[in-house]
Amino acid sequence: MWMPSAAVRAMSLAGSEWDKLPPGADSRTRGVSVAVDRKMAASLASGVASLVASTALAAGAPGDGGTIALGAAVSLTGKYSIDGQNTKEGYDLAVRRINELGGVNVGGRSYQLKIVYYDDESTSARAAQLVERLVSQDGVQFLLGPYSSSITKAIAPVTEKYKIPMIEANGADRSLFTNGYKYLFAVLNTSDHYLRSAIDVVAEQVRKLGKDPKSIKVGIAIENDDFAADVRAGVVEEMARYGMSVVVDEKLPPELNDMSSALTKFRALKPDVLIVSGHAKGAVLAIRQLSEQRVNFGALALTQCDAAQIVEQFGKAAEYALCATQWDRTLAYKDRWFGSAEDYAQRFEREYKHTVTYGSAESSAAVLTFVDALERAGSLDREKVRDAIARSDLITFYGPVRFDSTGKNVGKSMALYQVQGGKYRVVAPAQWANATVIYPAPEWDTRR
Amino acid sequence: MDGLTLLLHAPVLNLQLLVDGVLVGAIFALVAYGMALLWGVMNLINVAQGDFVIIGGYVAFFAVSGGVPPLLAVPCSAAVVALVGWILYRIVIRRVVVGELFTSILATYGIGIVLQQLANQLFGSDVRTVESGLGSVSLLDGMLTVARIKVLAFLGTGLLGAALVWFMRRSRLGQAIRATAQNARAARVLGVDTDCVYAATFAINGAICGAAGALVAMTWIVQPYAGLSYTVRSFMVVVAAGLGNLAGIVAVGGGLGIAENYAGFLLGTEYQSAFVFSLLVVVLVLRNQLLLRQRQYLK
Repeated sequence: MWMPSAAVRAMSLAGSEWDKLPPGADSRTRGVSVAVDRKMAASLASGVASLVASTALAAGAPGDGGTIALGAAVSLTGKYSIDGQNTKEGYDLAVRRINELGGVNVGGRSYQLKIVYYDDESTSARAAQLVERLVSQDGVQFLLGPYSSSITKAIAPVTEKYKIPMIEANGADRSLFTNGYKYLFAVLNTSDHYLRSAIDVVAEQVRKLGKDPKSIKVGIAIENDDFAADVRAGVVEEMARYGMSVVVDEKLPPELNDMSSALTKFRALKPDVLIVSGHAKGAVLAIRQLSEQRVNFGALALTQCDAAQIVEQFGKAAEYALCATQWDRTLAYKDRWFGSAEDYAQRFEREYKHTVTYGSAESSAAVLTFVDALERAGSLDREKVRDAIARSDLITFYGPVRFDSTGKNVGKSMALYQVQGGKYRVVAPAQWANATVIYPAPEWDTRR
Repeated sequence: MDGLTLLLHAPVLNLQLLVDGVLVGAIFALVAYGMALLWGVMNLINVAQGDFVIIGGYVAFFAVSGGVPPLLAVPCSAAVVALVGWILYRIVIRRVVVGELFTSILATYGIGIVLQQLANQLFGSDVRTVESGLGSVSLLDGMLTVARIKVLAFLGTGLLGAALVWFMRRSRLGQAIRATAQNARAARVLGVDTDCVYAATFAINGAICGAAGALVAMTWIVQPYAGLSYTVRSFMVVVAAGLGNLAGIVAVGGGLGIAENYAGFLLGTEYQSAFVFSLLVVVLVLRNQLLLRQRQYLK
């Protein structure tokens, strides 16, 4: 709990208000509420306030300024529970690291960081309620994002209403940034960027082979949801730049468990590039059924293949697939908190005993962005911090962070892997890449 | 080019759709047979049928990751899910089986949710699949490609179906099951331990779902929340084919597979599931009209 706000809240509480304190509220304040007579509550409140304030001051360095609380509603149960857990681990690791390094230095005072969590049960409505509670009852001044675009969409109107700056790391929908939100920032690339680079990479290779990118035919099979629709929109915009044409344009249902009829179309119309986006399910099914039905392609571009574990699950059948990712441990980014991307990954794996995902990395980056902004703002004033975030221009282990006027991170670009020899090799962006792309992929009959 | 013109230009694609349809239809039929068994014997609609299938898929996944050859994983997961079925019968189903149909629907719906959440907590929400390592065969200049595992699933389903029919007709337990299905009270009077029969039936259904689940994991994917589509498909097959009619179930299963593939090709994959649900409505309406006509005739 951030002390000044707790103090202010304590002063404003009177009479029956004591009963309404939520279970998540500051334990010290609640402890007092049990002890005092209701009628005396109002007069005692100011006393409590000064007591709380003096405890905070007496804490001494590091953390002589007290504690800054960031609020977060993440999915710890329900369908996003695993992703929510990754998000939380990313946040926690960054907070631990910052506190290890002496906390956040705001206006000459050092503050410890902490996060107040609630479980949104993977539902948007619950998340919106919890954010109201974080802001209006727990007095949280700064928010970290939840997991998923849909939940971020539900929360954003609430944070706007209360003018609470929120930095999110797990909502990539383009539409989050078309509503004119002033207090919403995202450290990750929006979803329309996921497979743009796949088209660029193919166009470049086709030119090298002495052909016109115009001759390239693209087959698209994407899930019928906002994320995949954004991915498709980005791809189509990029294709238009090169004059490529679409020959198959399929939408996949959310309860997808068989895409063989779409692949039959692919085989009949022989597109050079296949674009498939339908969460981990789409990636798994694409690899499984393309190899089974021996549908040949020059390039196969997928999203979410790391979540789908295509290399681990399929081995050779996954070769040559192109996969978009927000971050990879082999990228050459560095920062003053964690060091390189690889250092971060190792630290993460030491602490949590499992492989790091980009979901955790970007979540850590959101915390780092807050720290950077708080230090530059030199104040805990929400408006000043908001403006400082908007002016962010830093490089983290996760990549550069620089926001445009809508709050999107335009500093970094998506990375593109290709599965080569059973390993994910980064093939784009060119300056961070460690391998060159293989195009066109050999036909199934010649593989082995 | 839309689906229809494509089919007219390349008629060989029809063959691909038909073959795929029949092969996947066999798996639907297998799951539906289990559902018909429970429905007929215990008067119970198992809404968790698809979730049993998914559990079977996970068992196969972990068996294969643990070094069991893919084909042996099928009986493995049949055994494990049969055990799960038996335990669930002991804990929950025996308390609701004598009640109304509605109570058992609610109970199995609840079991379905618990199984989904358990799978999510224990195995994670990751999409899993099992490599059968069998590859596929290309025919007709590569225009027709059939995964060997689908053919195997088809044959396995036939074999299992035949074994079940034999079991029901010939074995003592099978006879007891049929007697209980005809009249539970009379069977009890004649010394059949109906509680034991119900438990066995539920376990047999578990075994069927387990085997089907292993095949699903090798043909498609498993994921904690993917069960519903198998429940819906088997429900539809049972409603259309009727109880205790294995030939009908196989025919409807195959037909459903073909219809789905065509719907996916012509209308777009997006509408494949929507098509299944609409078909369910049509089947229910037709079935109801058929029954009404029979009733009028009886008057």
